[in-house]
Amino acid sequence: MTTYKPFLEVKNLNVAFPTEDGLVKASSDISFTVARGETLAVVGESGSGKSVTSLAVMGLHNRKSAQISGQAFLNLDSGPVDVISADEEIVRKLRGKAMSMIFQDPMSALHPYYSIGNQLIEAWELYNEGSKEDGKKRAIEMLDLVGIPAASKRVDEYPHQFSGGMRQRVMIAMALINNPSLLIADEPTTALDVTVQSQILQLIRDMQKEFNMALILITHDLGVVAEVADRVNVMYAGKIVESGSADDIYYRPDHPYAIGLLNSIPRVDKLESQRLVAIPGQPPSLIHLPQGCSFRARCEFADRVPGNLCATTTPTLDQKGDGHFSRCHLPESELVKARVEIGGRK
Amino acid sequence: MTQPLLKLEGLKKHFPTSTGGVFSKVKGTVKAVDGIDLEINAGQTIGLVGESGCGKTTAGRTILKLYEPTEGKIIFEGEDLAPLSAKKMKPYRSQMQMIFQDPFASLNPRHTVGSLIAAPFQIQGITPEGGIVEEVQRLMKRVGLNPEHINRYPHEFSGGQRQRIGVARAIALKPKLIVADEPVSALDVSIQAQVVNLLEDLQDEFNMAYIFVAHDLSVVQHISDRVIVMYLGKVMEEADKVDLFSHPRHPYTKALLSAVPVPDPKIGRTRERIILKGDLPSPVNPPSGCVFNTRCWKAQDRCRTEVPQLMQIGTNHRIACHFPED
Repeated sequence: MTTYKPFLEVKNLNVAFPTEDGLVKASSDISFTVARGETLAVVGESGSGKSVTSLAVMGLHNRKSAQISGQAFLNLDSGPVDVISADEEIVRKLRGKAMSMIFQDPMSALHPYYSIGNQLIEAWELYNEGSKEDGKKRAIEMLDLVGIPAASKRVDEYPHQFSGGMRQRVMIAMALINNPSLLIADEPTTALDVTVQSQILQLIRDMQKEFNMALILITHDLGVVAEVADRVNVMYAGKIVESGSADDIYYRPDHPYAIGLLNSIPRVDKLESQRLVAIPGQPPSLIHLPQGCSFRARCEFADRVPGNLCATTTPTLDQKGDGHFSRCHLPESELVKARVEIGGRK
Repeated sequence: MTQPLLKLEGLKKHFPTSTGGVFSKVKGTVKAVDGIDLEINAGQTIGLVGESGCGKTTAGRTILKLYEPTEGKIIFEGEDLAPLSAKKMKPYRSQMQMIFQDPFASLNPRHTVGSLIAAPFQIQGITPEGGIVEEVQRLMKRVGLNPEHINRYPHEFSGGQRQRIGVARAIALKPKLIVADEPVSALDVSIQAQVVNLLEDLQDEFNMAYIFVAHDLSVVQHISDRVIVMYLGKVMEEADKVDLFSHPRHPYTKALLSAVPVPDPKIGRTRERIILKGDLPSPVNPPSGCVFNTRCWKAQDRCRTEVPQLMQIGTNHRIACHFPED
């Protein structure tokens, strides 16, 4: 049996932002790993902490304004580096090379005044010796690889001359030009139309194989997750509430939030149109997180937990099966009932 | 036979494009909506789907005469609204309302929720039974807002709650028709279901007709009775929901449906997917012949020269394609 060797190991990561109204606990007690060739999807609603966590891994938070604790190790060939405690200069040299990121909005992530080629060459020059011509050659090679037609011509064009899907391809080319081992894709297809979305998802998957990358895909779209993820972290109010294989999450969800979320979405392949099973209420404020479980106010099963535990004690992320973890006080017997009850309402 | 609530006949909306500058000249036209026919009855929901730039939003706005139609008829309860002036439209406005996509941009931040929801009564000069304040509070309660929050401002509410304010404002005058333009796409998944359920409940209660404009085919599939698929201003396919989703006949519809991710890993990994090449062509300069021919895998010479007409091919099923799927 081959042993699982994670490339990124995040341990007890906390990110908080002091504001006038109080401390915003954007992500708390986050631990996960991802290996090369593996796809980890992070799902959750806006404000659940999915982007904040990955920005911390990339070292992109301002250390003066964000309070960050915990560890995030990149297991490089030269040995592990903790990007949280490492010198900013060291982290800067890992960005773009060991780890790379693509963002949701390809229009605001590309500079409108520089040609596509110049922006790609700039990224290449950071880590490579060689002339501008070498850089341009590499840029054309990358544009070709990500499926931009007539790459040698379009390399001199500007972002506004590209469509949304083409710009996202350029972003991917730029992120991959230095052969990173870890790619974080933050809602890479949310701004795109569905036919273009499927092109870009296919491209990301192909590139992951080509470069044998560890891939973290951040999204709120449970359909996208089902198509690409090996493993899934479900986040709620700054915490991972459930994590497991894609099959665990979709076929054996354990956390009432995950169960509710999966049942609340309409499916294009299911033609019975019964009422959707909505989760009542809304997520709590990250400044005034309730005591105990953050999901308690929206959870209909909280009263089945003995001793008012949900209101007093924050549940821990406990193992439920092989590689399957959930943050819930509900006993196993009640969980089985909960799954049937929510599913039965459809 | 009774007449439909709303009937569109060849509705078109073209926008002129100009050269810009002081001596700007009209350069051409963008055919944002290039001929829609539809019939909708009370209590019915028609979904209008397509990718960005297909003209679905323009269509929705033109139906309500927020844009002046270029051509065609908008027959509401037997009366053609298309030639009516803004003044003559006013009595019809109370019967046709709109819900907007962005719950942040569509509510004036300087008005309280109470005055936002009361605006329709004031504009139409109607005093509901029991007074406006009482009616506003009743509406707030009906859409799931706390009536005590009547004096709060929009920024004090979450996205889902703001969309409820938009819904309360739209149903205030008990309209017969609501055009909802992407009403849930700005909301988080767990909130989307709440708003979709609310819209369905209100429809049952008031027997309203909905024209539901959206790009999310899963939501459209859920809420619609009938669906119209648009591409570059043209109707590609139109059919009853079950027919369209189980048996799409237009290649574009087929590709569009296959591109929608399904939240089920086993199906998601194995499902056959038609990946369309390229992007949507510019609507300023659409392809000749069938507008979809540049991305269609079945396109032949005929498709590049001859515009396919919308034709009946089954019960209540129409498509515009020279080479339909079986």
